[in-house]
Amino acid sequence: MFKKFQPSIDVSGQTSLKSSVQRSIRSNILSHWKIDVETLEQIWPKKEPLTLVKCREHISIYSLHGEPLFFQHFDGPFFPTLRLLHKYPFLLPTVRIDRGAIRFLLAGAHMMCPGMTSAGGYLPPPESALPAGSPVAIHAEGKEHAVGIGLTKLGTEEIKKVNKGVGVETVTYIGDDFWAVQSI
Amino acid sequence: MASAEPGPSQPVAPIQILYCGVCTFPVEYCEFGSHITRCKEWLQKEHPPLYDKYYSEEALQAKLGTLSLEAQTKLEEDTAKKEAKAEKKADAALKKKMASQVTIKRIERNKRKYVTAIHGLEAFDVDLKKAAKFFAQKFATGASVTKNAQGFDEIVVQGDVSGDVVEMIEDGVGLLKGVPKDNIVEVEEKKKKGGAEGA
Ligand SMILES: [Zn+2]
Repeated sequence: MFKKFQPSIDVSGQTSLKSSVQRSIRSNILSHWKIDVETLEQIWPKKEPLTLVKCREHISIYSLHGEPLFFQHFDGPFFPTLRLLHKYPFLLPTVRIDRGAIRFLLAGAHMMCPGMTSAGGYLPPPESALPAGSPVAIHAEGKEHAVGIGLTKLGTEEIKKVNKGVGVETVTYIGDDFWAVQSI
Repeated sequence: MASAEPGPSQPVAPIQILYCGVCTFPVEYCEFGSHITRCKEWLQKEHPPLYDKYYSEEALQAKLGTLSLEAQTKLEEDTAKKEAKAEKKADAALKKKMASQVTIKRIERNKRKYVTAIHGLEAFDVDLKKAAKFFAQKFATGASVTKNAQGFDEIVVQGDVSGDVVEMIEDGVGLLKGVPKDNIVEVEEKKKKGGAEGA
């Protein structure tokens, strides 16, 4: 999503959000991420207004005092920025790719099923399976921190069964153009 | 990987993670970047224990994980190639940077009223907002960052300070250090209507 992204070109405008909109974002995040009210309050205090940074191709970035915190594509699910996820790794459910897949991900490739079903990979067990269209933290074999954020293209059980083609679409990753945007 | 459930009333403290001072990646991912040699030097100097953690003999053995030896060799080759390429690119970028111009334009607003527009400083990693503030302070006047007609940011200082700005760049004052004086181009923009003779 952010393979080519330049704030000076791709941002079309910034607006302060109405409090009703902020409330709905807050409740959306609370219901979809693994986060409690207090921690969200710490990340984004209620009194402080979120800024919506509208970008090309219907990407919305939400920033607080210039620091990007969340983003969204069309009216899809909310994603934390990768730096926010690094601070709070429990926000999203996890998949893991094997070491061999890391360099492909860092080149912007979507993640193939075998990279997650192999010995170095990880997918949630059946009882906590994820449906298609779930935001996930992409971890990597032997690494402590997430290497990227993705959106499941297939359900995680389906990924195991099909085991070929793209399983998780890469949304953002360490070193992409969005990573470079530390303030907006 | 299952996270500890956050407590009912205490916010969970954020994890402090160390990002590389060279490539900005979390340090454990430097090996996948394009500057590994410089990354390693940086880490060794700034955080020696972490350097040992990631680059000691045992660490190198352990991180192979499920990757086959050939795949690891391939990865290292790729990294070396990537690094060489990045270096080349950096060289080219530097050359381009050294060739990019800084224009200092004296614009006549009214008879004897001027503004000075300075364009191109950002190519030399000068923070335009900070520079504008700096000029405003230095000349006790107004200065701002605005988009010019071409859509590029430039600093506009009230008053004719073009000569002083040139001097400041030549002397490498404050945050103007690093802007090569040979790249300065001075331009004069006269008021379009009528003769601007009284100037
Ligand atoms: Zn590095």
